[in-house]
Amino acid sequence: MGGTSEYAVKMHHVTKTFGKVVANKDVNLELKTGEILALLGENGSGKTTLMNMLSGIYFPDHGEIFVKGQEVTIRSPKDSFALGIGMIHQHFKLVDVLTAAENIVLGLDGKATVNRKEINRKVAELAKRYGFEMDPAKKVYNMSVSEKQTVEILKVLYKGADILILDEPTAVLTPQETDKLFAVLRNMKKDGKSIIIITHKLNEVLAISDRVAILRKGEYIGVVNTAETDQAQLTEMMVGRPVSLEIERPKVERGEKRLQVIDLTCLNGDGVKALDNVSFDAYGGEILGVAGIAGSGQKELCEVIAGLYPSIGGSVLYLGEHNGIPVQERILGLKPDEIVKKGISMAFVPEDRLGMGLVAGMDMTDNVMLRSYKSKKGIFVDRKAPKELAEKLIDELEIVTPGVDTPVGRLSGGNVQKVLLGREIACQPSVLIVAYPVRGLDINSSYRIYDLLNEQKKRGVAVIFIGEDLDVLMQLSDRIMVMCGGKVSGIVDPHEVTKEDIGLMMIHTEHPFAKDKKEDEKGEVTA
Amino acid sequence: MLSTLNGLFIAAVLAGTPLLLGALGEILTEKAGNLNLGVEGMMFMGAITGLAGSYYYEQAVIAGGGSPNGILSAAIALVTSFIAGAGGALIYSFLTITLRANQNVTGLTLTIFGTGFGNFFGEYIGQQAGGYVAVTDVTKKAFSGLNIPVLSDIPVLGPLLFRYNWLVYFAIIAAIIMAWFFSKSRVGLNLRAVGEDPATADAAGINITLYKYLATVIGGGICGIGGMYMSMVTTSGVWVHDCVSGYGWLAVALVIFATWSPARGMIVALIFGGLTIMRMYINIPGLPAQIYDMVPYVATIIVLVVTSMRQSKEHAQPKSCGLNYFREER
Amino acid sequence: MSSHGTQTKEPLIRMVKRDTMPQRKAWGIRAIAFILSLVTGGIVILMLGHNPFYVYISMVKGAWGSSTVIHETIKLAVPLLITAIGISFAFKMKFWNIGGEGQILVGAVAAGAFGLFTAHIFPKLPLVLLMMLASIVAGGIYGLLPAVCKAKWGTNETLFTLMLNYIALAFIKYLMNGPWKAKGSSYPKIDMLVPGARLTKVLGVHWGWILALILVVLAYIYFNKTKQGYEIAVVGESNNTARYAGINVGRVFRRTMFLSGALCGLVGMLQFAGADYTITEGTAGGVGFTAITVAWLAKMNPFGMLVVSVFIAMLERGANAIQTQFKIPASASDLLIGIILFFMLGCEFFITYKLIRRGKEEHHA
Repeated sequence: MGGTSEYAVKMHHVTKTFGKVVANKDVNLELKTGEILALLGENGSGKTTLMNMLSGIYFPDHGEIFVKGQEVTIRSPKDSFALGIGMIHQHFKLVDVLTAAENIVLGLDGKATVNRKEINRKVAELAKRYGFEMDPAKKVYNMSVSEKQTVEILKVLYKGADILILDEPTAVLTPQETDKLFAVLRNMKKDGKSIIIITHKLNEVLAISDRVAILRKGEYIGVVNTAETDQAQLTEMMVGRPVSLEIERPKVERGEKRLQVIDLTCLNGDGVKALDNVSFDAYGGEILGVAGIAGSGQKELCEVIAGLYPSIGGSVLYLGEHNGIPVQERILGLKPDEIVKKGISMAFVPEDRLGMGLVAGMDMTDNVMLRSYKSKKGIFVDRKAPKELAEKLIDELEIVTPGVDTPVGRLSGGNVQKVLLGREIACQPSVLIVAYPVRGLDINSSYRIYDLLNEQKKRGVAVIFIGEDLDVLMQLSDRIMVMCGGKVSGIVDPHEVTKEDIGLMMIHTEHPFAKDKKEDEKGEVTA
Repeated sequence: MLSTLNGLFIAAVLAGTPLLLGALGEILTEKAGNLNLGVEGMMFMGAITGLAGSYYYEQAVIAGGGSPNGILSAAIALVTSFIAGAGGALIYSFLTITLRANQNVTGLTLTIFGTGFGNFFGEYIGQQAGGYVAVTDVTKKAFSGLNIPVLSDIPVLGPLLFRYNWLVYFAIIAAIIMAWFFSKSRVGLNLRAVGEDPATADAAGINITLYKYLATVIGGGICGIGGMYMSMVTTSGVWVHDCVSGYGWLAVALVIFATWSPARGMIVALIFGGLTIMRMYINIPGLPAQIYDMVPYVATIIVLVVTSMRQSKEHAQPKSCGLNYFREER
Repeated sequence: MSSHGTQTKEPLIRMVKRDTMPQRKAWGIRAIAFILSLVTGGIVILMLGHNPFYVYISMVKGAWGSSTVIHETIKLAVPLLITAIGISFAFKMKFWNIGGEGQILVGAVAAGAFGLFTAHIFPKLPLVLLMMLASIVAGGIYGLLPAVCKAKWGTNETLFTLMLNYIALAFIKYLMNGPWKAKGSSYPKIDMLVPGARLTKVLGVHWGWILALILVVLAYIYFNKTKQGYEIAVVGESNNTARYAGINVGRVFRRTMFLSGALCGLVGMLQFAGADYTITEGTAGGVGFTAITVAWLAKMNPFGMLVVSVFIAMLERGANAIQTQFKIPASASDLLIGIILFFMLGCEFFITYKLIRRGKEEHHA
């Protein structure tokens, strides 16, 4: 080792299975020394699994791995470090109660004692060299998302890795932060480091990489030089057939106002305002997109409206009808079951499907009755109607499952989402809130979900769509509300703005496009 | 009055030492993310094997016509009790770490097993010995108070600090070493990471299985030594049926009260030890003696509730405690 | 290239999660584990110089050999079974109630408060009903305490319930030494319940066994057919999902822990009025702990708990027989129960996972 080889990493015929699921099948991957290779594939195509075999988290069932020209066996993360491989995971792997520096030296060999002063100094030095700003003695539980990512990257650099793997590093960053990260990556490349960046965002692939390797459904499709390819070719390789990336946006007459949110404010666990005077209206027959960096208050917004999170101010007014009679209800502060009791038909598809929307260990019947089991009188549960509904959903939404008795946790991500969305739509809501409905789904499932949302819009439902992919948001939504640090920085028409505008609004609340906001705030309250 | 207080202090140290040992063992175990509710069982195992080790050593030497050596006898008790406690913890580790059994249930089973083990062999060896097991005066002397030249003779402070049996000093040194280990050593830092967030520690290249096994097994061994203290010091080298009863659980309570810190553990052990013997020293009219027994548990609950109210991140149980870790879980 | 896949050095043994295993095979594995645990116990017996077969046979005979011992065995099984059912209420919602001991004790004390001091006022039937009610309420409230704190602040219930056991125990010691001390007794003990207030025997054992069987059926229905049972299951799987579904998690905690504690408290009353006729430090006698393993082994299925509790009662009863017959200390039952439980806990792994040796292919059914 040590000598320069043309290839930093070669993976040959690598296969990995989990039970019946084949995550990687006979995959070949080659990373040249000093290049940035994008590993492209849809969610669930096996990108992360493949990289986890390089980082020692998983062990391949078959195949060979060569690092810097030598055949190697990577049995543990330790083996992986020894080969100079460092992986920055999508979900940060940091110990909350330890400091940044402690996290960085975790698991390293060295003297029997840890000299805190010494490591703090070293980490600070390293951070300075790459232009990061950070306090090595800060505890992780006090850190923001981007600080945590900085720690993750420093961790790898500190260990002297020269092969870096970044798993979806931009998912939590603004477009501007992404640019900064890419600049750092280019510097690292100049330093002679070899980098693999896992992503499913085509524009990022084209912006940063030298070559692109594509995986589809666990299989290796091929590799192309970035300079010689375009979005269309990459998409085709990724999905397997040419697809139109256009998302349909049916024209629907905007209906009645369904939800009026005024000056909604709430605190997060640390007492900081997670929502700060948020005001907006949602109308029937419209999809209102909500954009923002992860953690800008989207989760709190959904949960406050759904009655799952406490607020400290503002109001939420529901306008609808119940048995033909117009209803106006202040729903803020009501628990989910109280909202239902008031005859309000509001559905919510939470971000955490198996941790909040569904019960992973229960079968479909029991999951379908989750929101309705109380409606029947008496002390016993009725499983007959839910079972019929479950069978109907399997039929209509083409849910792939052995049957209604299979625990939903065993289904694939797309099918899980269909169960959840199907159940919520089945209660015929007039307001439908969906948070990150296509996260982790393959393209086909994603489009099925977009179709379902559009159907609801045509039915006259007010759909609030929390999204992360700006392209999707801009194509699907009729209006987009942009959030930044718990504030609404503006509500814009996707026809009138560019993605960059929205990107800027995601990091600045004061922006020329924030005009719509004032109008909405003046919405009359009559309840 | 002063002599009563002195007497109380000395008795509290003596009564608190097995609790401290049990608690240190459990702190080490929990820092690795294993909630081992088998402390009581491991202490029982240590209690009988420590006693049996010394007893059989003495019998063998006497049968050979020699006279047993007290220091050697004590060393044998130390080693056998450590091995027994570690053995119990090894069963626990194998079931929870390798076979991923539920930690609560496995720990309780270890308590049932260890209690049975201790009482069974205690009675059985007693039967064989023709009535009851007891070590000779040589060993008893080895577990009685030390007489350190000069230090033990200092007025007031001498009896207060320098005339305990050697296990007291052993426990204090163990606590100090453990406090240093968690705060300063590299392995200690890694171990804390294992207990807080095994997936992260794993990704950092720390051998989770090894750390968990070692911490749990060594922790169990320390609990075993705590049990040996009960049979060798508290009951003076005679097997008393159910001699550990409740002390293991009190040690678990101590861990919480000390908020998982070995250093605070020393102080809390003194308090708990004091409470267990207080009724013999201070008689508050109208306050029944058994209420003293209750105080440590009530105090522990208060600590538990207060820390949960404060949502303290650092003075709380290691986050992964009670949960097993499986890397390839999907 | 594919022919030298062996170049890759795999770990010697890897484990992979299985898809569901056929019930028959799973029970086969459990049976093997059970036999192995008996063999291990047998080796211990052999080392003590006895023939394991004779010892085991004598244990079985000691538990089932005559109507007298059968009554004794059932008397042991009843508290174990009802406590296990009580515990399973909490465990189903992943609330680790290991405070069964304490809940039994306070139940016994509450029953004692009426049984010992009002027996001359009330006729038998109302007195027994009062004792039942008191024990249920006392046990329930004792179970409620940790639930309230858990619901409010997320207080760790494992440690909380554990501590409550020893508070109850100290309280009983206090009663034995102080206010409830039997008159004229030289050592601390509580008076006996007057014969007229003791539980009626049905087929030789106090009627608690009928109650236990009824509770098995009721608990099964409650868990599987009622809304409250469904709520327990949802809360057990995910608190967030429960909140999302409009379930008041705190209320389910409180309600279920009240029921859990109430059933354990009821056991205290049965022990007091049906078995021991007095209250001692040993009234719970480890039942609260053993019941946890019973509930766990039965996978929270009430009918399974019936089988397991009868079996463990047999071991405990049988241990007395071997003590008189072979001079093997009765603590052997704890030792043996421990060994059996270790094996049963361990074998579940082989039902959930499978091991793949190096070089072996994975075959899918």
